[in-house]
Amino acid sequence: MKKHLLALLFAIVPVTAMAAGGASVSHSMDPDLHDKASLQNGMKLYVNYCMGCHSLEHQRFARAAEDLAMPQDLVEENLIFSPALGYNDQMHIAMDSGDAESWFGAAPPDLTLEARLRGTDWIYSYLLGFYKDPSRPTGVNNTVYELVAMPNVLEPLQGVQEMVCAETDHPVEGQEPDPLSGKYQSCEVLQVTEPGALEPDEFEEAVYDLTNFLAYVGEPSKLQAQALAPKVLIFIFIFGVVAYFLKREYWRDVH
Amino acid sequence: MADNGINKGRRRFLVGATSVVGAVGAVGVAVPFVASWQPSARARAAGAPVQADISRLEPGQRMTVEWRGRPIWIINRTPEMIERTEALNADSLADPDSEVPQQPVYVTSELRSIRPEIGVLIGICTHLGCSPLFRPEPDAEGVGVDNWPGGFFCPCHGSRFDLAGRVFSNVPAPTNLEVPPYRFENDDIIVVGEDEETA
Amino acid sequence: MANPNKAKAESGIMRWVDDRFPATQMMQDHLTKYYAPKNFNFFYLFGVLAMLALVNQILTGVWLTMSYNPSAEGAFDSIEYIMRDVEWGWLIRYMHTTGASAFFVVIYMHMFRGLLYGSYKAPRELVWIFGMTIYLALMAEAFMGYLLPWGQMSYWGAQVIISLFSAIPAIGPDLAQWVRGDFLITGITLNRFFALHVVALPIVILALVVLHIIALHEVGSNNPDGIDIKQKKDETGKPLDGIAFHPYYTVKDLVGIAIFLFVFCVVVFYFPEGGGYFIEKPNFEPANPLKTPDHIAPVWYFTPFYAILRAITFSVFGLDAKFLGVIFMGGAIAVLFVLPWLDRSPVRSMRYKGWISKTMLLLFAISFVILGILGVLPSTEGRTLLAQVCTVVYFAYFVLMPFYTRLEKTKPLPERVTG
Repeated sequence: MKKHLLALLFAIVPVTAMAAGGASVSHSMDPDLHDKASLQNGMKLYVNYCMGCHSLEHQRFARAAEDLAMPQDLVEENLIFSPALGYNDQMHIAMDSGDAESWFGAAPPDLTLEARLRGTDWIYSYLLGFYKDPSRPTGVNNTVYELVAMPNVLEPLQGVQEMVCAETDHPVEGQEPDPLSGKYQSCEVLQVTEPGALEPDEFEEAVYDLTNFLAYVGEPSKLQAQALAPKVLIFIFIFGVVAYFLKREYWRDVH
Repeated sequence: MADNGINKGRRRFLVGATSVVGAVGAVGVAVPFVASWQPSARARAAGAPVQADISRLEPGQRMTVEWRGRPIWIINRTPEMIERTEALNADSLADPDSEVPQQPVYVTSELRSIRPEIGVLIGICTHLGCSPLFRPEPDAEGVGVDNWPGGFFCPCHGSRFDLAGRVFSNVPAPTNLEVPPYRFENDDIIVVGEDEETA
Repeated sequence: MANPNKAKAESGIMRWVDDRFPATQMMQDHLTKYYAPKNFNFFYLFGVLAMLALVNQILTGVWLTMSYNPSAEGAFDSIEYIMRDVEWGWLIRYMHTTGASAFFVVIYMHMFRGLLYGSYKAPRELVWIFGMTIYLALMAEAFMGYLLPWGQMSYWGAQVIISLFSAIPAIGPDLAQWVRGDFLITGITLNRFFALHVVALPIVILALVVLHIIALHEVGSNNPDGIDIKQKKDETGKPLDGIAFHPYYTVKDLVGIAIFLFVFCVVVFYFPEGGGYFIEKPNFEPANPLKTPDHIAPVWYFTPFYAILRAITFSVFGLDAKFLGVIFMGGAIAVLFVLPWLDRSPVRSMRYKGWISKTMLLLFAISFVILGILGVLPSTEGRTLLAQVCTVVYFAYFVLMPFYTRLEKTKPLPERVTG
């Protein structure tokens, strides 16, 4: 019966994935906090394209520099633009939140914990999900976040993406795949129609790096935790073995 | 549960082994708790080195900057001030040669500074932590002595220091004023809180 | 006052102490001459593990308090400050958040052990009641602690639970407002919850733990056979089936502690969010009184009772469903207190009870788990029906207990404890 109580913990675990996922999180990614090059590129993209509006109120430049193995002078030269910010400061933005609210309708949120709040798959899909929609004030809409107020700031890199009718590998509800190609027909396929600075796969990689960086920012202590964990667990194991032999020795008395 | 057949040596060894491993574990658990009392990243950011621009500090004047919540005095000593300080009788000072380590190792001169004219001192009396007053003028009033050569006077308990921050003898303060680590970024910029070598 | 028969050391510093403080006597009473049945099984580890969890919560809690800021403006940021800027703050906080869940896992196992082997039956009624009071205080402690990070789930979870008070007829709305100290949950509520969480309730819990253990050591521990080992003693007065708590159970518990710590550390280091059940995702967003999260679920250890609350969708005797739900939820916990008087069986342990008791306990455990799962899911018509069935089973276990425990045929008890 104890198993039933334990089963409580495990039986309910898959539920979270359901609860957290939205309707159209189309892509998934696995963050790799040990890929320093990816994280560095992600930070570079962040300060260049996102930090105009989105702060990282809890992330210090110095901590990122240390964790991502970047020398102080390089960080100061290339990643800190505002004269008001120093190496030890958190990644604040210059924009006043009141101004922002009047420009965008809502103040752009702080993104320090975005990866933990929404998950990396959501961010990754969201950044890949912008498409041209002339009816919107910003000229774009988003498959993950409908009627989003944010413009596609990565457009110079991505180019213009449009929603078109085409063949796709993704299953479409209520449709059998084409027997020959195994593909589906859909009018919700995103396609780059005007190229940007990056090829589509290069762009996906850039978005991966950016998302990866946000995963790091969400929980920088993960790096420390993963480095420490094996040592602690091995130690507890050794303690357990010694304690077991001690117990066995004493319990020889008990008949 | 008879006592016979008990391997006492083995038992003692296992008790010892478990105790040792357990003690190591207890120390290991204590590490995060003890270490978390270190200054946090916020405290360290607030205590980071500060820069001071001395280009407009006239000879004979003093400016104050804050570093780690303490007043840092930067004084621009005139040649007369330097002369008066160097002319002081060693007997009137408690530690004329700055033998007590109240300054970084690279501050060795009598004037306790990197450049003779620019003095950098932590403005906290070494007696009980008041901030002494700047009394640079010779024979200033209210410092409790005649022949005042110019220096700092602590109003709390009457400790006196010369313009190099050296404490006079027969005052409550036991040691010279502390000199913080500092370096010259260039002719006009002093960085307080960072040692010369690590620049 | 002084008892001349107190055990004292022969000489030396211990003798000096013993003349002034009953150190040796207490050592013997509670460790070296506290004789526990020798047939304890795995379930008997959870008492000592609960102590360990309590020590962990207090130690990490004290350290968190050093850097936490109990104000609506600063609470959320101070948690991230602890997680990032404070040296090792992340580890201390995760030990506290994981520790809370671990505490409840351990406590539920400990309580289940009591149900299984009849540890609540005479003469251990007070042990059980003190234990149940600890459980109640622990739930209050956990609930108030969950508000402190001041995230969305903290805020709205507290909002829902405090609103339960408003279901009480006549005084309800005023009572809820009195608890909050404001018209909605604000920094005022946060401050009082903080004071209760870090000062008042820990003192209460510690005092109750002392009472729980004193009561236990007065009557002696039960065992999986549920028989009294004090009936059979040797010539020195030591129970034949008893072994000294120290060293035999201390060394055994060390092994259990090592296993527990291993699992605990795996969670702390690799899965501190517990799949979204120990730290819920919406809690990574600061509290916002104007925006409710899509789905509010209490932390997992409250979900069985939350499911009972939601299962009551009908009104009876002119009491509306909301109030009835609160009554059933409170009743689900209150009924545990009278358990010692509901069980009329001549035997304690499930090993010698009849098949009805066994079936009822199995059904009870299954319904408790199902209610726990339903409590985290959004409700649908089918789930509400299932929750109602489980609620009936939950209460049937207790309400029918006086009948089935008396009627059923029990197995004969052994003379001495079995393996």
